[in-house]
Amino acid sequence: MEIKVLGPGCPRCEATERNVIEALSELGISANVEKVKDINQIASYGVFGTPALVIDGQVKCVGRIPTKEEIKKWLQEKNK
Amino acid sequence: MGFMTKREWKIFFGFLGIFIVAYFLPLGNPKVKKGIIEAFRLLQWYARHHTIPCVVPALFIAGAIVSFLSQQSIIKYLGPGANKVLAYTVASVSGCILAVCSCSVLPMFAGIYKMGAGIGPACSFLYSGPAINVLAIFLSARVLGFDIGIARALGAVLFAFVVGLFMAFMFRQEEERKIQQVYMPETDTGFGGKPIWKSATFIGLMILFLVFSDWYNPGIAKITFKDGTTGTFHIRYETEDTLTLQPWSKGGKETGEAKVYYKKDILKIEPVPSLTQTIYNIRWYIAGVIGIIVVILAFKWYSKEELNQWMFATWDFAKLMVPLLYGGIFVVGFISVFIPEHTVAQLVGTNSISSNFLASIVGAFFYFATLTEIPITEVLLRFGMAKGPALALLLAGPAVSLPNMLVINGVMGPKKTLAFVTIVVILATISGFIFGAIVQ
Repeated sequence: MEIKVLGPGCPRCEATERNVIEALSELGISANVEKVKDINQIASYGVFGTPALVIDGQVKCVGRIPTKEEIKKWLQEKNK
Repeated sequence: MGFMTKREWKIFFGFLGIFIVAYFLPLGNPKVKKGIIEAFRLLQWYARHHTIPCVVPALFIAGAIVSFLSQQSIIKYLGPGANKVLAYTVASVSGCILAVCSCSVLPMFAGIYKMGAGIGPACSFLYSGPAINVLAIFLSARVLGFDIGIARALGAVLFAFVVGLFMAFMFRQEEERKIQQVYMPETDTGFGGKPIWKSATFIGLMILFLVFSDWYNPGIAKITFKDGTTGTFHIRYETEDTLTLQPWSKGGKETGEAKVYYKKDILKIEPVPSLTQTIYNIRWYIAGVIGIIVVILAFKWYSKEELNQWMFATWDFAKLMVPLLYGGIFVVGFISVFIPEHTVAQLVGTNSISSNFLASIVGAFFYFATLTEIPITEVLLRFGMAKGPALALLLAGPAVSLPNMLVINGVMGPKKTLAFVTIVVILATISGFIFGAIVQ
């Protein structure tokens, strides 16, 4: 599973990354978590706001910090 | 030492900085002592007078905007196939909705620029995002004056249009490489299925609450001194044992300079009655009723999960904004002791073109975080800066701060970045000048 956290490096993006890592460890799923910081790269995802969460190429959340519960739900959907 | 990530290094340098300051601070120096007192005094003033009526409700509003308003419904107006006229309008106004956090402005700008409606609306958004920040506008109105708050809000929207159109015009010959694939999220960013009128009404009510909790105190009173003299004054400022009073004429204008008076020399303070003053006196009753309605609607319209999401977003903003605001206030308060008063009055005390220009440059270079422009402007106003240059500072600062400019440069390139900065500074200078002429 490829997870990308899009954000230029403000505390909200870091909080998103933390939630992702915690959700992963709580579910016992392993995945590649990458932080995309470059503004041009972020724009290339077609995403209009940060923080943004991309799971396996699918944009899951844009413009706010997803809660751990939400992330767990998306991860479990992916795993089915 | 693999555990030392970038974030850990930031914490380390924070400790180091505090240590160095604590070690070398010349506490014996009388100016430094005064600076420390002033820093705390300014902080206390904000804590006592502005935090609960203004900052706290605004944080809840920001949290609600991010949680309940779907970005996607607005983004489609700024997307690749968008109607141009609509795009400019939406870009100029939606800054307050889309970019509640300053860090979301830049990626959104990059998105609109590269994939969306193009350079014009992108620059409109780039300007309006930081400029029409809900908290910043309300706090400006409260701390700096109702007239400045309104002028800032209106000026920001107007500017956004002009800046965007100007940029589109200047660079109309250039074709931008548009990124073809735009990922639209499958599910709505907020909680999908919630009709937008509900969320808009809910947030509108909260803003109404803020309007009243934040209501302007005209502070006009007839003051009788113990020595028998009387006069009508505008109470600008209040400390433990002094009042800063500015003579006030019947026409509603300030005449003459503000002076500090001791409370012990004052016999009687009779507030001059007016509608504004009456509303100010009952503002918490009005706000209270609105607040109760908001709470009832919250439980009626939103699920527990949605409310939880909202609280989480609000807390998140608080963690971000409060340290910046309080820290900024503290630093500004401390430094204000070292600024020679006369210099400020000399350089920006009059409403001339040059002082407006200077103020907008200062705004651009000294703005380093959201909301810091407010204590900076407040201190400068107290030291004699005229209202025109104050507006120029507020209109230029948030949009063309140094960190912003670096990022914009990375997206648009130096030529366009320079054009953007130049037009903002020119517009700020002109509007500051016009505003100053009207108000004074």
